[in-house]
Amino acid sequence: MEPSPLGPVIAVTLELALTTTVLLLLLATPLAWWLARGRGWGKEIVGALAALPLVLPPTVIGFYVLVALGPASPLMAPLHMFGVRTLAFTFTGLVIGSLFYSLPFAVQPLRTAFEGLGERPLELAATMGAGPFDRFLTVAAPLARRGFLSAAILVFAHTVGEFGVVLMIGGAMPGRTEVLSTRIYALVESLQFGAAHRIAAGLVGFAFLALLALLLVERRIGRLAP
Amino acid sequence: MSGLAVALAGRIGGFALDIAFQAPAGAVTALVGPSGSGKTSVLRCVAGLRRVNGTVTLDGEAWQDGRRFVPPHERRVGYVFQGANLLPHRSVEANLRYAAARAAAPPDLAPIVAATGIAALLPRRPDTLSGGEAQRAALARALAGAPRLLLLDEPLSALDTEARAALLDWLAAFLPTLSLPVLLVTHDPAEVARLATRVVRLRAGRVAG
Repeated sequence: MEPSPLGPVIAVTLELALTTTVLLLLLATPLAWWLARGRGWGKEIVGALAALPLVLPPTVIGFYVLVALGPASPLMAPLHMFGVRTLAFTFTGLVIGSLFYSLPFAVQPLRTAFEGLGERPLELAATMGAGPFDRFLTVAAPLARRGFLSAAILVFAHTVGEFGVVLMIGGAMPGRTEVLSTRIYALVESLQFGAAHRIAAGLVGFAFLALLALLLVERRIGRLAP
Repeated sequence: MSGLAVALAGRIGGFALDIAFQAPAGAVTALVGPSGSGKTSVLRCVAGLRRVNGTVTLDGEAWQDGRRFVPPHERRVGYVFQGANLLPHRSVEANLRYAAARAAAPPDLAPIVAATGIAALLPRRPDTLSGGEAQRAALARALAGAPRLLLLDEPLSALDTEARAALLDWLAAFLPTLSLPVLLVTHDPAEVARLATRVVRLRAGRVAG
C-alpha cells in the first residue's frame, strides 16, 4: 500500500504540539502557582496526581481518555445535544489526551520557577499598590520567564514525541489524526524502512535541537537574571 | 486623630506580640529594641503583609479591626525593607514609575528624584547599585507611590561605616521635611538620637516602660 503524502502528517503534528503548548501553559500556570505557593499537605496529593503521566504507560492514559471521550461516557452526555457523540478519533480528542500526557512537563518547570521567586518581590509590589493579579502579571511572570520558556519547549517537544496516547485516541487516521510518530510505526509495519528512517532521523534532529535550545535559553536567561 | 494608631495582640512564630502605640504625622517614631523583640513583625502587620489580632488605624480610618482587614496593596504605605528593595527586573526609574502608576494620585517624580539625589541612578539595574545608592533608590521608590505612611526597617544596617554616616546625615535633613507619619525600626542608639522625634521601646513583643 502506498502511504498518503507526508505534508498533512507534519501539519497535524505541529498543530497538535502548538495547540497543546498554548493550552497547557494557560492551564498549568494556576496549578503550578498553587502547588508552589499554596499551603497544606493537600497540594502534595494534587502534585502527585499531576506527575502521574511521567510514570504511567501512555496506553493507560490513552485508554482512559478514549473511554472518557467515547459515546457511552457520562462526560460526553452534555455534548450529545449539540450532535457530538464522541471525541474519540478526532483532533480535539488528540489535544485532550496530549494535555494529560504532557501536563508534568509544564507543571514542573513552572512550579520550580514560582518557588524560586521568594516573597520579597511580591511583597514589594504589594506595598507599591499592585493587587494579586497585577503582581502576577508584572512581577511573578517576568521573573519566572525561564520557567515559562522551559515549559513551552518541553511540552512542544514532548507532544511531538508522543506515540502511545495518540495511537489509542486518534487511531492514526491520515490527514486527521495521524502524526509523525504513528506514521513511522505504519511504515515499519509495511516494511518501508527507508521512509521510516527519514522521518525517524528527522525527529532525532528535532529533539536534539529542542533540547539544545532549552539549555541555551536557560544559560542566557540565567546570566541575565538577578 | 491624625497619624497611625496600632494595637496588636497575638502570636507570631515562637513569641507573643502585645503592643499599643501611636505614630503622629510629621514625626519620626522610632521602634527600638534588641533583635527578636518583634520590631519587623510590627512593621509587617502595619503594612498588612502579616496578620495578628488587633487594630491598625491611619488618620481615623481602620486598616484593620475586628471586622475588616485592608489588603496591603490598598493601604498605600511606603515600605523600605531590609535587604532587596527594588523589583530586580526593572531599572530604578521603572521601579519608581511602577509605584507612581499605582498611586491614587500619581506624584510628580522630579522632586522625589532631586530630594533623594538619584538622578544619575535612574537608568541603572538594581543589581548594579552600591549599598548606599540602593537605599536612596529604595526611599525614592517608597515615596513614589505617594504613601500615607512611611515604614523604614533598619535602613542603614546593610551599609559600611562611611556610607552609613553619609546616609544618616542625609536622612536627618530629609525626614523632617515629610508631613506623613514615619515609623523607623532600628537597634542603633545613634540613629535614634539623630532621626527620632519619639521612641517606642520593645522588649520580647511588648512595649517596655
